[in-house]
Amino acid sequence: MKLITAIIKPHQLDEVKEALEAFGVAGMTISEASGYGRQRGHSEVYRGAEYTVDFVPKVRLEVLVDDVDSSDVVEVILKAAQTGRIGDGKIWAVPVDEVVRVRTGERGVDAL
Amino acid sequence: MPFAAEPPVINEAATAFMLIASSMVLLMTPGLALFYGGMTRSKSVLNMMMMSFGAMAVVGIVYVLWGYSMSFGNLQDGGSDIAGIFANPFHLFGLGDLTGPDGARLIDPFGVGVFIPEYIYVGFQLTFAVITVALISGAIADRVKFGTWITFAVIWVTVVYFPIAHMVWGGGLLSGSEGGLSAKLFGVTDGVASVLPIDFAGGTVVHINAGAAGLALALVVGKRLGFGKVAMRPHNLPLVMIGAGLLWFGWFGFNAGSELAADGVASAVWLNTMVATCAAAIGWLIVEKVRDGHATSLGAASGVVAGLVAITPACGALSPVGSIILGVVAGGLSALAVGLKYKLGYDDSLDVVGVHLVAGLWGTIGAGLLATSTGLLYGGGWQQTVLQILIALISLVLSLTLTYLIALALKATLGWRISDEEESEGIDQAVHAESGYEIGGLPASGARTTRPAVTASQVEGANA
Repeated sequence: MKLITAIIKPHQLDEVKEALEAFGVAGMTISEASGYGRQRGHSEVYRGAEYTVDFVPKVRLEVLVDDVDSSDVVEVILKAAQTGRIGDGKIWAVPVDEVVRVRTGERGVDAL
Repeated sequence: MPFAAEPPVINEAATAFMLIASSMVLLMTPGLALFYGGMTRSKSVLNMMMMSFGAMAVVGIVYVLWGYSMSFGNLQDGGSDIAGIFANPFHLFGLGDLTGPDGARLIDPFGVGVFIPEYIYVGFQLTFAVITVALISGAIADRVKFGTWITFAVIWVTVVYFPIAHMVWGGGLLSGSEGGLSAKLFGVTDGVASVLPIDFAGGTVVHINAGAAGLALALVVGKRLGFGKVAMRPHNLPLVMIGAGLLWFGWFGFNAGSELAADGVASAVWLNTMVATCAAAIGWLIVEKVRDGHATSLGAASGVVAGLVAITPACGALSPVGSIILGVVAGGLSALAVGLKYKLGYDDSLDVVGVHLVAGLWGTIGAGLLATSTGLLYGGGWQQTVLQILIALISLVLSLTLTYLIALALKATLGWRISDEEESEGIDQAVHAESGYEIGGLPASGARTTRPAVTASQVEGANA
């Protein structure tokens, strides 16, 4: 099993979610995040005082998938999240030892 | 005086108007709390708002006890005061002598035959004292002990505000009275000064006074941790805009109410207040657009307040077009002035100096230039402008000096600053044991009850 984490533009969230549902992914978790990569931040001016805001709002999306689906799911997220402009984010996948569904106690692929 | 023997008759229209105007001015202080509160960081919003609410609570009481007596207690009872500086604080202490045949003694402060109950005149003036103190708090956001602030409020309003209010409006040194400064400089006509100082609703008493006091406090109290290095962004601009809106609304009571009658002058004042404020918002936004590239919401809200401040002394003396000119200059000047604190290195956190002192000075002096009857630009000669500069500077120096001394005394005794650690963690939790917001959707941020609130039955049990 793999945990796929994607940091994406908040604006792309709906598109990514619909694409993942269409692919057959059964659930996901998202959280609001702040960060920067090559995009860096932006500047804001309050009463003439300029501030550089390094961390810009992002969405962190996490999906647990079977090993065989991993590269396909990464492709699905990539296609839906990509705008081609700087700040589109990153996707990575890491192996997961164990997954348990809390309600039933099911383990492994059955818990996905 | 053939009618001298007849008792004065209450003017009910004026009384109704003053009841409403006073309530509108009172609303300005919670409005100011929102305006200031939104501009602070989220960890200090409650303390910022509490400085306004605290000022309301203590100044409201002090005003009734000795404030009115010290400012205006001389108006009806023989007119004695101490060297034109303040009236006897004990003469009307607690307002015990203001009852009358219809529930209240009547007063006609301008001597124009419009009598209102003195109680509502007290109430109207009370709301001015409250907001003037609250205005100062913007200079010392995020870092000051609440007890020291409340003590300061009581001392400052007594030593600085009441005397200046008396000097300008209570027939003292800076008024048009026979013994005042103007009478000494430019002579007397028919028992009053030949050139009357113009301060319709409080450019000197309220705004120059609060602005200068804010500067003195910022200097004595010192900078916030990280001032000029870390970002101190306003945490909630919608609150700032709501606050500016409430200030604008209440200010019609402040300015038009200062006529103390529902008449033509009050109507002109209403309109002048409106257009000067519109023009100032535009003036501020133009400076921002040219200098920074964007017209901001904080700029619009700040421009509104700068315009309201500037028109305050001048609103009874200008034409609507003159008010527009006064307003647009006020907005532009204040937009340029708010950057000064970074260059000069004092932390006037929310720009009490840049907005209230600068726009207050401009409004008071601008009234001398633009007054339709005596203004320099209307061919009225130079005397009015010189007089306006004098009353502005005297108020400035008086407030700055006295406030500086009060602030030093409090620094040596109670102390101003909370600890560095408390300041960096946030004054709301350190001083008030509260947070302004529950951040995030987790149930009560993991908070749990460690001491249940005391219930009525427990209290009874304790007394049994």
